[in-house]
Amino acid sequence: MNSISVSVRTPADLPSAGLTAADAAVIAVDLTAAYGSSPVLNHVSLSVPKGVMAAILGPNGAGKTTLLKSLTGLLKPVSGTVAFGALRKQIGYVPQSSSVDRDFPVTALDVVLMGCYGRLGLIRRPGKKEIRRALEILNSVGMREYADRQIGALSGGQRQRVFLARALMQEAEIYLMDEPFRGVDQATEAVMISLLKQRREEGKTILIVHHDLKTVAEYFDWVILINRGIIASGPVHEVYTRERIAAAFQALPVWEEDGL
Amino acid sequence: MNVLLSLLSDYTFLMVAAGTALLGGLCGILGSFAVLRRESLIGDAVSHASMPGIVLAWLFTGSKTTGILLAGAMLSGLVCLLLIRLIVRTSRLPFDCALALFLSVFFGGGMVLLTYAKRLPDAGHAGLDRYLYGQAGTLLAKDVAVCAAGGLLILLITFLFFKEFLLITFDADYARSAGLPVRALTLLLSLLLILLIVLGLQSAGAVFMSALLTAPAAAARQWTRSLKSMCFLAALFGALSGAAATAASCLIPGLPSGPAVICCVFGIAVFSLLFAPGRGILFCMIRRLLSGTERSPRHD
Repeated sequence: MNSISVSVRTPADLPSAGLTAADAAVIAVDLTAAYGSSPVLNHVSLSVPKGVMAAILGPNGAGKTTLLKSLTGLLKPVSGTVAFGALRKQIGYVPQSSSVDRDFPVTALDVVLMGCYGRLGLIRRPGKKEIRRALEILNSVGMREYADRQIGALSGGQRQRVFLARALMQEAEIYLMDEPFRGVDQATEAVMISLLKQRREEGKTILIVHHDLKTVAEYFDWVILINRGIIASGPVHEVYTRERIAAAFQALPVWEEDGL
Repeated sequence: MNVLLSLLSDYTFLMVAAGTALLGGLCGILGSFAVLRRESLIGDAVSHASMPGIVLAWLFTGSKTTGILLAGAMLSGLVCLLLIRLIVRTSRLPFDCALALFLSVFFGGGMVLLTYAKRLPDAGHAGLDRYLYGQAGTLLAKDVAVCAAGGLLILLITFLFFKEFLLITFDADYARSAGLPVRALTLLLSLLLILLIVLGLQSAGAVFMSALLTAPAAAARQWTRSLKSMCFLAALFGALSGAAATAASCLIPGLPSGPAVICCVFGIAVFSLLFAPGRGILFCMIRRLLSGTERSPRHD
């Protein structure tokens, strides 16, 4: 196991009965994270088994992105431990697409090829095999004809597909995605979900910071509800209940009349 | 015309021109990264910050050997850069503010030291000025050799780590998450930049290095969609300007090569900003007139 640890406390009782380290994809124990002096995440402990598609849900400011960044190691937690059931380079991170400079001189193909840099190691360059694989993946996200397009010339949804393609190129075991469906068109969302479901069938684990409560039951089989601390974490049918959502969001969602 | 031909058959000129062309080319390549990292002014800071290092090196060792002076330049440039990064990380001071502060204080300190050096009885201080404005025409074979060696080292390392530099510039968060040693790579890139600036001080001078780092890259960006082509083009623009400036510096006695290089690269940059197809200002104006609608000129 590849782990990032700052200081280990006695683990709080991990939710989801009986998960051992061996079949967990991600385990966080007593994770506390802060920006400056204000804590955003308080003593979060969770465990996600392998082969699930998990949604990280919570209101604005709940610490969803913070949780993701703490898990990927981009943000050093104040205390707590994170452990993965995979190596560093087997973790595919798809950041919010707005965080990247759109005017940067790279094409869609260039971006996807970045996914193999970790595997190639320092100095070695992507060759014909990698380019062929990258084009295949671009094809699977429906972006083959845009391979030579500079990324600024793509729409938001197209760009998001390219960033997903980059993570797929990594052939990661665990995918961590930050609001990948925000501002994205229906077609793109459908393509992305179907590709991710395929990966899940292959035994990969996917964690997604999700913003749309309406699609949770349809897309995900595991839910993590947070609001600065952990509200609940477990299989969707157990955790995604009216009471739990209310606790996380402090109010019932607007569409309660439609049922969950 | 005859003058130019005689210049081309002058061995010394060819050597010096080759040296400045190499440096100009490297400024194009590393400058591309600096510009894309929004750190264009780092070149300015480091080159200005090198002045106290140069003067102190001379004051302490009494020697004007290029190697020693450039070592002093590298040290003070590096200290300045590290101080800027440290202040930004540990305080709320924004990057551009920290840059302006340290650039001025180091350069001011360097000028004070230079004035002091000029007052000293021994005339050894003469020639320290050439690091301010560049004097490519007075380069010795030895200087060119140092530049060439350093330049080739920079070229080799940039070539080897190109894809890593590309990734940390484009998406540092993703690079970090994929396990790349982002801190170490950023430091490596910074060290290459400092070395290049210090090597270029003799040709372009402390005052003008930042322009040499940014103008070829800015010009090249106008013509291409990929980072690799941008680096090639920027290298070409930088190299041509370096060679042309050396020629001018040789033909017009006393002309500092720094300003000459800047005129060349700036000319190329302005031309590119105006006339490049797709991104050029003129092109965008015409397209807007023809289509009658507003379109952003920013994307290819």
